[in-house]
This record gives sequence, C-alpha cells and structure tokens, in this order.
Amino acid sequence: MQEQKFKYQGIGREYQKQLLTAWYERLQNAKNDGRKVAYLFVPGNVAEFLRVFDFELVFPEVNALQCGVRKTSGDLILKAEDIGYSSDVCGYVKNDIGMMLQGNIGPSGTEIPKPDLLLCTYCGCTTFIKWFEALAHFYDVPLVMLDVPYMRDGEISDTDRQYIVEQLKELIPLCEKITGNKFDYDKLVEAMKHSAEAEDLWVQILHSAKHKPSPFDSYFEAVFFMAPIYVLRGLPECTDYYREALKEIYERIEHGVGPIPDEKVRVVIEGPPPWPHFRAFWELLKHWGVCAVASSYSKVGGFWDHGFRHDYTKPFESIADYCLTCYTNQNLPMRTELLRSYAEEYSADAIVIHSVKSCRSFSVGQADMREQFIRKWDIPTLLVESDLADPRYFQAAQLKNRIDAFFESLEHKRLVKV
Amino acid sequence: MEKQMTFEEKIEHYRTIIDDVSYPTVNKWKEEHPNKKVVGMFPVYTPYELPHAAGMLPVGVFGAGGKIEIDHADSRIQSFVCSIARSTLELGLTERLKNFDALYFTSICDVARNLSGIWQTNFPQQLVEYIHFPQNMNNSSAPKHYRAELQKLVSNLEQLSGKKITNEDLLNSIKTFNRNRELCLQLYHIKSTTPHLLSTFEAYIVLRLGTLLPVEEHSQLLEGIIPQIHQRKRTARDFVRVMIEGSFCEQPPLELMQVIEDAGCYIVDDDLLLHSRWFNEAVPLNGDPLLSLAESYINRSRYSSVRHYGNKSRKEQFLEKIKSGKVDGVLFCAPKFCEPALLDYVVLKDELEKHNISYMTFEYEEKMGVFESIRMQVETFVESVLFFS
Ligand code: SF4
Ligand code: SF4
Repeated sequence: MQEQKFKYQGIGREYQKQLLTAWYERLQNAKNDGRKVAYLFVPGNVAEFLRVFDFELVFPEVNALQCGVRKTSGDLILKAEDIGYSSDVCGYVKNDIGMMLQGNIGPSGTEIPKPDLLLCTYCGCTTFIKWFEALAHFYDVPLVMLDVPYMRDGEISDTDRQYIVEQLKELIPLCEKITGNKFDYDKLVEAMKHSAEAEDLWVQILHSAKHKPSPFDSYFEAVFFMAPIYVLRGLPECTDYYREALKEIYERIEHGVGPIPDEKVRVVIEGPPPWPHFRAFWELLKHWGVCAVASSYSKVGGFWDHGFRHDYTKPFESIADYCLTCYTNQNLPMRTELLRSYAEEYSADAIVIHSVKSCRSFSVGQADMREQFIRKWDIPTLLVESDLADPRYFQAAQLKNRIDAFFESLEHKRLVKV
Repeated sequence: MEKQMTFEEKIEHYRTIIDDVSYPTVNKWKEEHPNKKVVGMFPVYTPYELPHAAGMLPVGVFGAGGKIEIDHADSRIQSFVCSIARSTLELGLTERLKNFDALYFTSICDVARNLSGIWQTNFPQQLVEYIHFPQNMNNSSAPKHYRAELQKLVSNLEQLSGKKITNEDLLNSIKTFNRNRELCLQLYHIKSTTPHLLSTFEAYIVLRLGTLLPVEEHSQLLEGIIPQIHQRKRTARDFVRVMIEGSFCEQPPLELMQVIEDAGCYIVDDDLLLHSRWFNEAVPLNGDPLLSLAESYINRSRYSSVRHYGNKSRKEQFLEKIKSGKVDGVLFCAPKFCEPALLDYVVLKDELEKHNISYMTFEYEEKMGVFESIRMQVETFVESVLFFS
C-alpha cells in the first residue's frame, strides 16, 4: 500500500504523527503558558482525572519508546549506565534518565518540561515505583503513589476498587494546590465522555482484524494507532482521530486489502516490540506473510476490547476499574488465557512471544506460557528474545534463523494437513 | 545435647541444617504433626504471624543457594532473572517442596510477582497467595485496605486447616513473633556494639535457622546462645565498620560474608534476612490484631528497596542507619539481575557521594564459586577507608 490509491489511505499514521507533534510542542511551551506538568505511566493513566486540573501530561515511557524508534536510545542508555545504572535493568528507565541527563530534550527535539507532580500510577509493574523514586530524587519534586492492587485473584474486588477511589479523592487537594485549579465534576464527566467515545471507535479497529485478510496489523500498526488513546485520551481531538482512522480501516475492508500484501499466517503477538529494530523485526515476519491479528501490547494502556468503557455516570469507580484491568496489571494466568482466547477469536495460526530481557514484568513467565500453549492447547508458539530499548540485545541473524525455522515448519505442517 | 555445645559447635551444626535443601527440620515437623500444614514464605517480609496463628509452620523459602543444578526451571523462566527465582522454581519442580501446603509471595518485584503466577499454574495442589502490600503509605485508607488483604489470607488459611482463627490466636502469634524479633535484634545489637564477639557469618546462620524452625524453638535457642556470645573471649580488632546494602531478597553465598570479614571488615549492619527484624517497634497487642499488623507495616517497617516509603524517604533512613551504626563505608552487594536493588543503588550512592561516605559495589549469584577478586577489592577498599579517615 505504498502509492496513494484510496481516499483515506495512510491517515491513521499521518494524523497520529500530527497530533503527537502538536502535543510535544504544547509540552515545550507548557511552562511559558503557565501550565503545570504531571508525569505518569501509560498503564492505568488517570488522564481524565488530571485533565480536570489542566495538567499537561508527560509519559516517560512514550518518550523512551519514541527514542527507541528514532534510534537514540542506545546512547541515552549508556549515559545512564555512566552514572551507575546496571546493564541489566529496564531499558526504558535508563533511556529516560539518560534523556534527563542530557537536558531533557525529547525524541522530537523539543524540550520536555520538568514535572510539578510525579504521579506513579503503579499498575502492575514494580519497576514503575523504582523509576519514579529515582525521578523524585533527581528532580526533587513530590512523588505520589496511586496504589493499584494487582489482579491477584483474577477479578476485580470491591475492596480494591474502593481503595483506588479513595486515593483519587484524597489526591484532589494536592492537584488543586499545585495547579491552582479547583476540582470540577462536570469537567471530569466531559473528559470521560470523550474517552468512552474514542474507546468505542478504537475497539472497532481492533476487532476489524477478525476479517480475512485482516485490514489491520494489531501489533506493528497498532503501536501507531494506539498512541492517541494513550496520551490524549479525554480530549476531543483524540476522538476525532479514531473517527478518521476507522475510515481508513473500513476502506481497507471494502477493498479487501491489509497491511500485508498477501496474508498467509495469522498470529497473536505477546510482549512489547524491539523499538530500535522495529522495522527489521516487522520485515522478518512480513517475509512469511505474517499478520498480527491480536496482541497484548496494544492493551497495556487499557483493556477495552472485552467491554470496558470509561463511564461518566460513576467516574471514580470507572477510573479504578480502568486501572485495575490494564494488561500490565493482569496476573499470569489471566494473561495466558487472554492470549489463548485471542488465538481462537481471531483465528490465529500461532502465537509469537517477543520476550524483552530488561522488562521482567512482561518476560518472567513467558517461557512457562509457551509451554502451556504448546502442551495444553497445541498452539504453535515461537519465543524470541531481544529488548525494547537496548539495541545491543537485538541479534538479527539469530532472530532470523529462529523466525524462519518456525514459519517454515508451520508452512510444512499446513501442507501436510491439506 | 544442644545445651552442652559451645557456640562454635552450634554454628557448625546449624550450618549443616541450613545447607540441606531437603528441608530436614520441616520433614521432621511434618512427621510429628502429620495433620498440620506448612506454608512457604518467599522473602522479603511476609506476615509469618498468620500461618502461625492457624497452627501451621511458616518456613522461609530462599532458593537453593547454588546447591542444586537448574535443569527443569530453565524451560519456564529465562536466564536473565535472579537466581533465587530460578532455583526456587527448581526446588518445586524437583518435588523438594512437596511437604509445603501453601506458598506466599508478595509485591516486592515483578519477578516474585510472576513467579507466583507460574506457581499457580504448575502446582495447582498448593495454595498460592500473592500479597499486595500498600504502596501509598500516606493514604488514609491504606491500613484498611491492607487489613482486608490480611483478612483474606486468614480466611484462606481457615479453609486450608478447617479451623477458625480467633483474635486470641492472632494476638498470641503477634506476641510470639514480637519476642523473636526482639531476640534477633539483640544479635544485631551485639554485632553493632561488640562486632568482634559475633561475626555476620555466624549471626546469619543463626537467623537463617530461624526461618526453618518453629518460632518458639528458635526463640529458646536464641535465649541460650546470646549469653554464650557475651562470654566469648575474643579481642577487638582494628577493622573497618561496614554496612551491607542490597542483599534483602536473594541471599549472598556464606563464603562471601566470610571473605568480606576476613578482608578486615566488621559488618555492623546489613539487610540480610530482613523479615527477622522488619518492624522497628513491637506490633501493638491492644486492639484489632489484623489492623495492628497492617498499621505496623505502614508505620513501623524498616526501610527496604522493596517497600515504598511514607513521610521519610528511603535515602534519609539509609543515612540515619549509617550514622547511628557509626558505619565507615557501605558495601552495595546485590544479586545479579535484582532490579529493586540495582535501581536503588544509583540513588543511594548519590547520597553517599554527597556526604563523602566511602562505598564499593559488587554483584553475586547463587552459583558463585570464586571469591578471590572480591577479597582483593574489599582489601583495597579497607585500605582506602583507613587511609582517608
Ligand atoms: S519493566 Fe517493562 S513494564 Fe516495567 S517500566 Fe520497564 S519496560 Fe515498562
Ligand atoms: S532477588 Fe530481587 S529480583 Fe529476584 S525476586 Fe528478589 S527482589 Fe525480586
């Protein structure tokens, strides 16, 4: 789909880029415009709540992944290692600290403003806590924890939900103090409505991958398409984006085209991508006509495809449920079952696990998942290892060998079956 | 027999017990109490009081300390993960934990968290708990939430044992563990005030044994050895007073402690087996016992890299500990791949640099066999501290 053939072709990528550029510019001007800045994580981000106070939102993970895509993460990681960070810890943390050490110039060359509030939305990953503790040390600003209990029992309990609601309510005075803006219930409702609408549209895009051929790659494309719902949720432009992006998807369905010219294999992908080698990784799979019809990574910032929507009629409770159900906060048995069910729902032929060495939150347990997919459910599963930020861990030749061997044998098995 | 043994003989004897990965003390207890349950406790801090109140034996599970080969766990946990997680799973897969009826993991890190998930899948016959500790210490509903978490554990234990756990049972357990903590702290007091009388190597063995015995038995044993330690005839040396930071979960090889001490250090404080003295005050015995435990976690815990702090940051508490322990230098001694320790290291050493306090750093693994280079590094460190002070 290189040359422009259709009306909406490329809009999903392009419009997204425009919105992110505008967002980074707004961030650069935040201090001059007298706006306060909150740092938070993508999983469990309480964007709607913070927008009530007109905070500008910075997501250090998004900066890190953008640096990865732009191939600056390697140098930034080394900067962090220079001040004592081990080569074995989370690459995102080191990327972020490295960026801070270099004057906090973000991936697109604009300056990222210093935080006025660090809100650690602890949503599964314990490294989040260590990361923001380090930022609190270096920036010397207040750190507040939003303590989101892990989904340890496989379901939401009232106790956990109420706990988050109470924390949010207690956070109001601090946010008012920092920004000078009063809490406004109607504003919260308005943001929640925008979110729910955008979520509806996004889910339609995700579900479109059930078509054959799939009009959408739920991993390699989703990472672009999901950016607005992660960083701009609660704003009207976010909803507008999904309205436009969905047009592109419908158009593809209408013309029977998809991201892979000749879809041969449908897979479910687990784990974050290797950002510094994103293209190379995609090419390795494209070579075999692989389309990712579902992925877990596209759910780290919210799990909407099984029905959850931000609900303005009970905003606090709904935000709590949103935090609890993000993919990073789901326990291992839930994650395993989710991937298995995706394979079924989206008629996938295999599961591919991209295991990220420095992200133990995702990777510990993936080998065990693989065992189960193969033994219990007879789903062919490939596990490959590299990293999401650290380019040193990407061994192209080795990855190619493993990927080729896997898809070759898959192809062979199919031929034998037919 | 125990009574007539010298302190040194006891240490030698205890060491054979803690080195035995077949859990001899647990097997013996199980033989004597065939109808009672054993609960494994993964570090760092776990509420031992609860299984105790249920009449069960809580037992520390600290991996295999390099004593077994990792053959089966490799297919389930990849190689870039700390040894304690891998070897604990290996213990399970090789049926060395078959006498355990339940296992507790807590929200210390992503590895322990996911290990609890792997456990649920692979050992469905065991009760697996993943305890969520509060992370927002300043939130007024944190004690209530953690109390509910404890209540859930209690209910599950009741189901497991078929016996109701009363408030009286809980208060009795709290009291019993308060006493044990007090005795463990006495060892730390000796290490700090008269470090020549008790090495960390020895103190560690005594405390580690405590993770394998019924708590009453361990307290009795401590009551017996503390006077023995005081009576030891050993001369104080001109050693450097150091503190170990970072060894709170996976435990360093015993040889490593010996090497550090042999190189001219008194390890006057550390974060080894931190659960044995987790609270810096006794858990109150008046009022609702579960709420007392919950409030104690929030207000009376020692700092650690795996517990988010409240009003006082970790680095402040770290510096206070250095000051009150009259520590000359800090040894950052962390397990390879241990994210909480390795990430905290940067912040903590920054504080040391600001305050001109010496430190050195190294990583360990369970399977580590050669300590020579560390010995040399520590010797150089000791010389530099002596020279500059
Ligand atoms: S460990 Fe993984 S989930 Fe956690 S911050 Fe790092 S990259 Fe994100
Ligand atoms: S050693 Fe560190 S990384 Fe490993 S389980 Fe313990 S705290 Fe987690």
